[in-house]
Amino acid sequence: MTTSKLTAAGLALALSTAGAFADVESSDPIKLTTHDWTGQIITTTLMGEVLKKAGYNVEYVQADYIAQFAGLKTGDLHVAMEIWETTGKEAMDEAIGTGNVVSAGPTGMKAIEEWWYPAYMEERCPGLPDWEALNACASEFATAETAPMGRYLGGPVTWGGFDEERIEALEMDFEVVHAGTDAALFAELEAAYQRQDPIVLWIYSPHWAPSKYKGSFVEFPAYSAECYADASVGINPDAAYDCGKPRGEIFKVAWSGVADKWPGASGAINDFHITSDEMGAMVGAVDLDGKTVDAVVAEWMASNESTWQGWIN
Amino acid sequence: MTDQVVDHPPPKGGKARWLTGGRLFWLILLAITWAASTWSFALYKALDARWIVRFPKAYQIPVDDWLSDFTKWLVEDLSFGWFTFRDITRFIASLIEAPYDLVRSLLLDGFAQGQGQQAVEIVPALSWIAIIFVFVALAKYARGWKLAALVGTCFAYLAIFGQWASAMVTLASVLIAVPIGAIGGLLLGIAAYRSVRVERLMRPVLDLMQTVPVFAYLVPILVLFGFGPVAALIATVIYAMPPMVRNTTVALQSVPEQLIEAGKMMGCKRRQLMWKVMVPAALPSIMVGVNQVIMLTLNMVIIASMIGAGGLGYDVLTSLRRLDIGGGVEAGFAIVVMAIALDRLSQAFAERQLRPQPDKSLPLPKRYPWVTATIVVVVCATLASLFIPFFRVYPIEQALTTGTIWESTIAWININFFDAIDAVKTFLLTWLLLPVKQFFGGIPWPVGIVVTGLAAGRAGGWRLGLLAAAMMTFIAATGLWNKAMITIYLTSVAVLLASVIGIPLGIWAGQNARANSVIGAIIDTLQTLPSFVYLIPVIMLFRVGDFSALIAIVLYALAPAVRYAAHGIRSIDPELIEVGKVAGCTNWQLLRRIKLPLAAPSLLLGLNQTIMLALSMLVITALVGTRDLGQEVYIALTKANVGKGIVAGLGVAFLAIIADRVVNALARQSRERLGLE
Repeated sequence: MTTSKLTAAGLALALSTAGAFADVESSDPIKLTTHDWTGQIITTTLMGEVLKKAGYNVEYVQADYIAQFAGLKTGDLHVAMEIWETTGKEAMDEAIGTGNVVSAGPTGMKAIEEWWYPAYMEERCPGLPDWEALNACASEFATAETAPMGRYLGGPVTWGGFDEERIEALEMDFEVVHAGTDAALFAELEAAYQRQDPIVLWIYSPHWAPSKYKGSFVEFPAYSAECYADASVGINPDAAYDCGKPRGEIFKVAWSGVADKWPGASGAINDFHITSDEMGAMVGAVDLDGKTVDAVVAEWMASNESTWQGWIN
Repeated sequence: MTDQVVDHPPPKGGKARWLTGGRLFWLILLAITWAASTWSFALYKALDARWIVRFPKAYQIPVDDWLSDFTKWLVEDLSFGWFTFRDITRFIASLIEAPYDLVRSLLLDGFAQGQGQQAVEIVPALSWIAIIFVFVALAKYARGWKLAALVGTCFAYLAIFGQWASAMVTLASVLIAVPIGAIGGLLLGIAAYRSVRVERLMRPVLDLMQTVPVFAYLVPILVLFGFGPVAALIATVIYAMPPMVRNTTVALQSVPEQLIEAGKMMGCKRRQLMWKVMVPAALPSIMVGVNQVIMLTLNMVIIASMIGAGGLGYDVLTSLRRLDIGGGVEAGFAIVVMAIALDRLSQAFAERQLRPQPDKSLPLPKRYPWVTATIVVVVCATLASLFIPFFRVYPIEQALTTGTIWESTIAWININFFDAIDAVKTFLLTWLLLPVKQFFGGIPWPVGIVVTGLAAGRAGGWRLGLLAAAMMTFIAATGLWNKAMITIYLTSVAVLLASVIGIPLGIWAGQNARANSVIGAIIDTLQTLPSFVYLIPVIMLFRVGDFSALIAIVLYALAPAVRYAAHGIRSIDPELIEVGKVAGCTNWQLLRRIKLPLAAPSLLLGLNQTIMLALSMLVITALVGTRDLGQEVYIALTKANVGKGIVAGLGVAFLAIIADRVVNALARQSRERLGLE
């Protein structure tokens, strides 16, 4: 629906301002991919609307996060605005390796992925957010399936994250249960939050959940590349992964032909930059306050005109 | 036929004979499997033979790598000189895209010239009022006012609940996918009817089309046919077409011999005989196939939206991702009402009686008053939409919404009843799920292969036995044995529960018209409501895990158990029941001694379909987080690993095929016992 609405909005815009365009290199539409999470749709819409201001034709194509790389390689799709280092790095590196996809630099948003607990758990487990305090009260988190171990709700297996290894390396009394999708992840959080039941789970940011629910990320020993690669580094001398998860960039990527066909647009895409806080606020406005993506993007563009003008000039 | 059944009352003291007979075989087989399952781990430790529980890695066949390489070659290298394989598929895609764009422009977007922002609208899309009117008129034409009212209500729901734009996107896909599936299926069905060789060749292909989860071949389809609605349409057609082919072949085979003879005597040529005699005679059965195509197409709406079809499926997904249960339910019900409207409409067209030709002396508008009225409304409403926004789109400010009712209901249940729910869940987990899981999980693969082969051979002959054993060997040799066992465990528990709930409901519906209409409506809804809609509330109440997956599977797979049971009860010869009554049977005796045995073949067919649906739900349950073959397919999709996805998909398909063949063979045996064949 979003796509069609956007097309309709574009159409309306076209009718009102037809003829007022700067000359662009090609009037073929630039195809930006949208996925199924709000933050990414906002990022993409923002980019698309800015490109429209510069006179380009833009088309939003809904595509799967990983499957889109097949289309980016062939030039069926042109721009993907959010590839998270934490979840999409493998696919991105492979695609860039073929030479048909190029990186358009970081978006400026920082991805955080870590164990997270709701604020009401602080009373029951004194010492949080320290991971040792969490471990000391693992039995609070136990369920019939996992008892006596605590239950940690992990992300989909495909997200990786090395949580089994982390539990092993830090000798924690937890068992990982993987949710199949992030919808399942947040459904459980919502339900536990309603009941004020113990829960510790994988949360990522920027996302609406950390702003909707009060809580904090667990503090593990700080991540370092050596901690993941070298068993002797870290508090457990015999195991790797005895630390928290890396925080990563969120990258933009494009089909390699974009720079030749729409050099101006390619520049704007490379210059696109936004902070996690700005994005968090916009995601919240859509998912929690019920505003439309278009309205939120239009608001941001109205109050940050100099910023995005800088990208296209 | 009647006499035979009455001649064979269940023999007194049948128990002893029952034990010495064929069933002893099954008991022994079960005992062996159970013993193997229980002691396999101890045996592996005692003999230090890990190969007993795990297929040795060194002997695994890298079918997935072969398939990945093959697909890569197909997509990137295969060339016929001037053009490549991908040029062909892209050409096909453009052939489908043209009518799709046309329908979509007509229903929603309007026709424009130029691209993107420079586009200028030339002709507007049909007004929503016009579209509703067209469908109401079609319903009136096909059956009458009652159907017109139903169809009108369904489409009005789409407008009033603010689902119109998405619904039209979905409708556009349906209007393209259904004719392709129906006509393609009809032609393939005719080909299969005409040539035994074609039929034999086609049968396994159809089996695979229906049972390999769509996720398994999504990536190659995207690459070959491009991103966007066309790829989704093609995936939809692949999934929705097989029942059409099957129904067509069966329908043609059951055209009475006399009719064909009569046609031949009239001097029909082969083509005339087919299209003028046989197809019209078989039309009612063929239309059942069309109905299945419509239903399966709408079932695919969610998955299609994951690869760019947009529409209602996309709304369901995005709503639920932000835990907007109400939004998900509203969009989900939009899919249900659309399915109901299109289904009833297609059925009405199939059953429509021929009417007298209108009087030729009347002027055209009077001769065809409905056509005239429709044209007038369409033109007027669409012209009006140019000037009055209300005619263009239903004003979103006036759209109804259920708001937060759904969220607050779920929250209320969650807060007040979670402990009770949790207790029931724990009970079922401890006493049903875990024991079954341990049983299947413990079966060593060599024993599993042999036992499956023996069981299938016993049911359907040595060929089936060999086929089943070969398929299980494939699963073991590709390293999927453990995931396959989890699949079997989840499916069998789900099928058991679905039968326990569904068969009594079906029997009740079969004997009581009022119960039938209520149960029928619930079943229709459950089958067309995208399972994602109830998956999220289920997770909220039952947490992530096998149990939530189980509930989703049972809800979806319930339908055939109910339908076939009701059908079986209803199609019993009423004379037999009269005979039973005259003989002084109580209601309970009637049910147990006459109705149930006679409905057994139908019940078995229902069981077959329940298993098929349960297996097809595996992909959805992967979204909850089960560790079965469905998850394997899903992981392969998210990693874009084509070979791995297809191999795991084949694993699911093989399990389905084995189950299908065995249950069908059992159904045939039971029909033969009853003298129905």
